[in-house]
Amino acid sequence: MVSAMEIYMLLPKTNCKKCGLPTCMAFAVGLLGREKKIDECTPLIEEKKYEAKLKKLREVMAPFENASETGLIIHPEKCYGCGNCVVACPVNVAADPTRCGIGLGPQSDRVILKVEDGVVVSNNLKECRRFGPNKILCNACTATCPSKAIEFV
Amino acid sequence: MEAVTCTGCSLLCNDIEAAVTDEKLFHVKNLCRKGHGHFQAAFSERTVPMIDGQKATIDQAIARAAEILSSAKKPLLYGWSNCTLEAQAAGVRLAEKLGATIDDTSSFCQGILMERILDGRIPTCTLDDVRNYADTSIFWGADPSNSHPRHLSRFSYYPRGEKRQKSYEEERTCIAVDVRRSATAEICSNYYYRVAPGSDEQFIEAVLAVLDGKIPKVADKKKMIELGSILKKTEYGVIFPGLGMVYSLQEKMDLFERLVARLNEITAFKVVPMVGHYNTRGFNELLREKTGFINRVSFSGGAPAHGPEHSVMAAAKSCDAALVIGSDPLSALPFATAKALAKVPLIAIDPRRSLATDAARVVIPSAISGLEAGGTAVRMDGMRVKFEPFLKTDLLTDEQILTKIMEAI
Repeated sequence: MVSAMEIYMLLPKTNCKKCGLPTCMAFAVGLLGREKKIDECTPLIEEKKYEAKLKKLREVMAPFENASETGLIIHPEKCYGCGNCVVACPVNVAADPTRCGIGLGPQSDRVILKVEDGVVVSNNLKECRRFGPNKILCNACTATCPSKAIEFV
Repeated sequence: MEAVTCTGCSLLCNDIEAAVTDEKLFHVKNLCRKGHGHFQAAFSERTVPMIDGQKATIDQAIARAAEILSSAKKPLLYGWSNCTLEAQAAGVRLAEKLGATIDDTSSFCQGILMERILDGRIPTCTLDDVRNYADTSIFWGADPSNSHPRHLSRFSYYPRGEKRQKSYEEERTCIAVDVRRSATAEICSNYYYRVAPGSDEQFIEAVLAVLDGKIPKVADKKKMIELGSILKKTEYGVIFPGLGMVYSLQEKMDLFERLVARLNEITAFKVVPMVGHYNTRGFNELLREKTGFINRVSFSGGAPAHGPEHSVMAAAKSCDAALVIGSDPLSALPFATAKALAKVPLIAIDPRRSLATDAARVVIPSAISGLEAGGTAVRMDGMRVKFEPFLKTDLLTDEQILTKIMEAI
């Protein structure tokens, strides 16, 4: 997991305000929160002297490309299909209390996480407690995973 | 989508939904990775009827198997853990008829503990009780995240139950006792107790000391005292002993019995053994009902005789023919036993290729139970689960094969 400081170190650090934010640090935080895109920092793209930094920044930000709207990344190759996250997720339980609530596989279509073909898959990410303006940092699915197959960027 | 029961491990999950096209499984829901692997394996490396390495018809193979078994003086029938109760019952009848020795995988597995549980010397409960009432789950020498992936999510830690509405968030504690920081221990995080290999005896003594208010003789006394207070505060505790614990204690299982008895003086504590194969417990219960012993039985003198001399380890060296079904002893048992077994005329009944079918004189293919054959099995906690096949096949089931062998004899 990359930090805002690490991203900041790869920016021009001139506080030119071309991205619309007052400082480069604010832009770094924006990148981390996926509200800003690398291309919005025009000096970094245009000026030759930042070429190495830009390359490094793109490398660092690569995992963010695959992340879903809530920043959820599932590594199917690590997943055991145990269903801990399916049963632990509060949204899943609220959507299908008679099944998810007591440890059975969900039947409702409104659940976020379910196990298919032996590995977990995500749906309806808009329902996730990490989504939208009122998001909270719920970590029920990552904390319960025995193989670290789920993470948030 | 069809409802399916998974026979990949002894949890016998029956909330699986599968869709089938062209006799192949193409989409399946709620099945864990282990179960998925078990199901997918149905489409590769299937066996064909063989006699002495040559292809034969199923009838020829059955006739040859009957010939080998009836001419043997001390046949051994081994395996049974991956067979339905119906097939196991047919197996016991066959053993009686042949005067054979019959043993299953629990002989080298959880047998020593299972015997005490079926005798009622160690209290047990069902997994549904665990979900509804348990507030402390102890995984001892077991790593369910790998061996029974849905154990924690279906029963022992995450689901909400009748008396445990707040579940893992507030009301449940899970404790891991293991030699290594396994995936399950990772989930238990602070409540992981490391034991050195083979030192479960000292661990039990330390727990007993703490429960009596004495200072335990271990390095981390503070952590042990903390464990003691968790155990004392427990309302309904369940211990899930795995192979690690059983192998470490072996003949000293009385000590574990003492620990459970001591815990039950304080609060309710149950034990559910982490059985591996899907119907090991079924065989133990069935044989106990018929003979009074859970495994290691010989019918050679007419009446059933029980003892270590009839275990697969001893019988492999003294038998003159063996029938292997629902297990692969050549890859699972110690080398000396496997080597001895590979030298006798071997009959292997197995849906898939294994070391046993490679070494066998006669190979008889069978339908995979749960997938292609229906039947009844006993879950790790003693619940009976009935299942129907959902793939069509022309293969005979284990039960049909054994009945045909018996008729031929």
